[in-house]
This record gives sequence, C-alpha cells and structure tokens, in this order.
Amino acid sequence: MSVSKEAKHAFDAAPWTGKTKRYDIVKEGSIAVALVAIMAIFLSLFLGSPDDTPLTFKGWAISNPDNFYATAVQELSGSSGTATYGAPYNKAADGLNVGPLWLQKWAGVTRPIDTVNEFVIAPLSTQVLSTDIASALATWKSAADSQKHDWAVAYDDAITKAEGKISTVPAGAYGPVPVLAQGLTDMAKGGALDAALLSQGGFFQTDNTKQILFFGDGAYLDEAGTTANLQGGTWGMMNETGRYPGQAWLWLYSFWYQIPPFNNENSKPIGTNADAYIMVIMGIMSLGLILIPVIPGVRSLPMRIPIHRGIWRQYYDENGIKRRKK
Amino acid sequence: MSEMWTAKLRNKWQKNLPIEKLLPDDQPAYVASWIYVFGVLTLSALAMIIASGIVLAFEGPAWYHTSDVGKFMNSLHFWSVQLFFVFMVIHLWGKYWMAAWRGNRFRTWATGAIAFVASIATAFTGYLVQTNFDSQWISFEAKDGFNSVGIGAFFTVTNLGQMLLLHVAFLPLILGVITVIHVLMVRRRGVVPPIDAEPTPGSGA
Ligand code: HEM
Repeated sequence: MSVSKEAKHAFDAAPWTGKTKRYDIVKEGSIAVALVAIMAIFLSLFLGSPDDTPLTFKGWAISNPDNFYATAVQELSGSSGTATYGAPYNKAADGLNVGPLWLQKWAGVTRPIDTVNEFVIAPLSTQVLSTDIASALATWKSAADSQKHDWAVAYDDAITKAEGKISTVPAGAYGPVPVLAQGLTDMAKGGALDAALLSQGGFFQTDNTKQILFFGDGAYLDEAGTTANLQGGTWGMMNETGRYPGQAWLWLYSFWYQIPPFNNENSKPIGTNADAYIMVIMGIMSLGLILIPVIPGVRSLPMRIPIHRGIWRQYYDENGIKRRKK
Repeated sequence: MSEMWTAKLRNKWQKNLPIEKLLPDDQPAYVASWIYVFGVLTLSALAMIIASGIVLAFEGPAWYHTSDVGKFMNSLHFWSVQLFFVFMVIHLWGKYWMAAWRGNRFRTWATGAIAFVASIATAFTGYLVQTNFDSQWISFEAKDGFNSVGIGAFFTVTNLGQMLLLHVAFLPLILGVITVIHVLMVRRRGVVPPIDAEPTPGSGA
C-alpha cells in the first residue's frame, strides 16, 4: 500500500470527493418493494404455507390409550419428564450446568408445576364423574401423601415391568391409581382434557405450558416429531412440517447437536449438558458476529481474499489497480 | 441560544445527516454492483413482513387457519420472512467481503449484526405463535435450551400469550428501531470506498 494506515482510514471515513453518478434512491426503493411484493405474492399463491393442525390430548388418548394411561400414572408417581425436570418447574433436579455455572438452578422455580394435582387430580375434579371414579378420587384425596406416593410408584413400576401393556399388569397394592388413570384417559378421549389443563386458575388463559409439558411427557408428540423429521439430532430444529423451508438461519445452532460430544447424551460434562453449552457457544458467536470488525484475523480476511475485486470490478478496471503489493 | 438542547440536537443532526445525505441524488461511481441491492431488498422484505403482520394482527390467530384470505395473508407473512432472511444473509456476506466497517463504520456493521440476531429472535417467536403442530413441537423442544441457561425462568416459550405479545409488539419494535438506526448510519457515513481506493490522483480524490 502506498499510503499509511491512518491516511487510508481518514480517506475511507471522509465524504467521497471522487467520481459520482446520478442515482435515484427513492425510485430504487420503490422498485425493490414492488419486486419483493410480487415475489412474496407468487410464492404464497403457488406454494401456500405450512399449517399442520395441532395435536390434541383426545388424539393421543384415542390413538395410543396405553401410552396416555401410563403417562398419567407417571405424573402421579413423579417419574415423568416434567415431574423430574428441575427449574423452572420444580426442585426435583439441579438442571444443567456449564462448569461451575448452575444457571438453570440459580434462576429458580418461577413457574411451579405440581404434576399430580395440576395434570391429573384437578382436571378430573372438573368433571361429572361416574361413582367408581368419584370414590377413587375421594380415596386419593383423603390418603396421606406417603400412601399416595407408594400406590403410584408401585403401579408405575408394574406398568414399566409389563412394558407398557396396561391389560397385562398384575394386580397389586395400587390403591385408586388405576381407576384415576382410566378416568383421565376417558376424559382425554372425550376431548375434555385440553381445555381443563388450560383453564386452571380462571377465565382468561393464554399460557399453554401445562398442556405442552404433559404432552411432551408421553410418546405421542415425540413420535409425531420423528415422523415429521423434526428431531433435533437430525437437523430438525431448522425444519418445517411438509416440504417448506423452516428456520434455516438456525443452521449453526442446529449444527452443534449433530457432532460429538454434543450429540452424545452420556459424555460428561458437555454431552449431558449440551443444551446449556450450545446456548453459551451461540451467545459468544453472536457477540463475535457483532465484533467482527475488531477481531484480528477475521477482520483482515476480506483484504486478503480478493472477492472485493469482483464486487468493485468496474472501479478496479477503470483505475488500473493491480494486485495488492505485500 | 447555542446551549439550548433543542438547538444542539438540531445542529448536530444538520451537520451529520443533512437532507442531501439522507436522500442523495448521486452516489460514488464505485457503487456499481448487484450486492448493493440486497440491503434495500432486505428493507423491502421487512416492510412486507410488517404490512402482512399488521393484517394478521387485526384478525387474530384463529383466522389464519380457517379463512382463505387468512391463509393467504399467513403465507405472505411466511414467504416475506423467508425472502427477508435470504436477502439479509447475502447482504451480510457482501458487507463482510467488502470489509464495509472501514472508515468509522463499525456501528453500521454492529447495528446490522444486532438486527440479524433480533430477527432470529423475532422469527423464532413467530414460529411459536403459528398455533399449529410445528408450534407445539418447537415450544416443547426449545424450552430445554432456554431453561438450561436460566432464560426460561422469564422467557417462557410454552406461554402463547407471552410469545404472541413479544412477537407482535416488543420484538418488531426493537428490530424496527435498530434497522432505522442502521440505515441512517449508512446514509450519514456514505457508502464505503473500495478496499484498495486510495487518496491518490488515480482514484480521483
Ligand atoms: C434488518 C436487516 C438489515 C437491513 C434492513 C439492512 C439494510 C441496509 C441498507 C438499506 C444498506 C444500504 C444499501 C447497501 O449497501 O446494501 C445497508 C448497508 C450496510 N449494512 Fe445492512 N441491513 C440489515 C442487516 C445487516 C447485517 C446483518 C449486517 C452485517 C452484520 C449489515 C451490515 C451493513 C453494512 C456494514 C452496511 C454499510 C455498507 C457500506 O457502507 O457500503 N446489515 N444495510
């Protein structure tokens, strides 16, 4: 370079005093808006947009009653994904950590969820019940906590042993749990559970957390995700249902889930805490994107790799600028 | 007079961004590449997103699943977003290879990059308020990431009401403001000269 770094900087910063050409910025903007509008309208008319109807508890309980039933029992015994989750729903686990940072735990239980009462007992209590379910509910409500726990755990274990086939579970000291689980399954089959989960706490409701979490505890949502090719381990994060483009811009975020140690749930400490590590990595990388102009190496790559000669070809040709001297 | 806040602001604005800079009728001769179009295209796509989004907001979530006009508006919003990101990513790479942060343009780059991150957050909440199967799936999956670093304690992806409000009010406002600053910054500084342009007679300066 023939001028000093400072002179070049001052030159780049100063208003351009060289050759100019006429340019109609408003016209260009208007044409651009029209062009983009036409493109979007055409794409919308011919391709539409993805809109698979949401899954329902009714659909789950009808298509896979055993799985729904077993999940209801897990909510009672405390073995479900939600019941064992940790913050922000409960204190059942410490949650994930990044080295010494237990951010999940530190952030606290901000939306407490009691799976026993909020997922099973309260929804059932909203219904006009047959006498056997009503008396099972009364038995449950009057029993001691330790007794409830023992019944539910015993039944949960028995279902696991029977590999989820409810009809083959041998009799045992399960108390009212089987009747309650059947009651909830019937309620779900009738379509009443979706609304009952949502409406707890009042008239106006806009928070679907309970429904989503209960849903995720079973196999129905997971299987639907696999069918739709949406699982995180197969780049699902950036996919959409059907043949539509999804959030392709999440490719880098999704990328980490495809490689070790992040994709190995058993590798410690990173694999077991992959969600947290990837969040932190992406946070740092986002900051890195913002700071590219001051990061050595990354900021000088564009000067070394002469893509700019293509972009400003006309200028380089007109001014006869040759390859940069080292 | 000169210590009046109002006068100070006006003077500063007039000095840095006179109307001739805001709406120029000429450009440096080196502005001659398709790559320059992508910033404007990104802006146009954003305008389409906001326009279609306003229509969707008037009718509400139930509408765009059932009515044909609603579905079309939803599609328009969806495809404008896809175009927006395509244009923005090309724009971003273009500005990178032009090292367009040179000559006191760091803040132009930084606001652009922040706009990129804010766009991702806005689009993400948009996917959650589709209120279809995909939203159920994404909210269940994504909660783990946010919960794992404590963000889930206050940013609840399974809470439709919260996501809807953030998506239609707070996040677009943030993105809009950042975008306006970004574009004003570009106008204030003028388009960055080529990497090898120098203050020599040859370059015309
Ligand atoms: C909401 C998204 C964005 C919009 C609407 C937008 C819009 C624009 C427009 C209209 C221009 C002037 C025309 C042009 O040179 O293309 C521009 C310039 C610029 N943009 Fe963006 N942009 C966005 C995102 C970004 C991103 C993500 C980056 C990079 C991280 C970026 C970096 C720049 C830079 C450095 C310039 C100045 C170029 C120069 O001086 O030649 N922008 N932007």
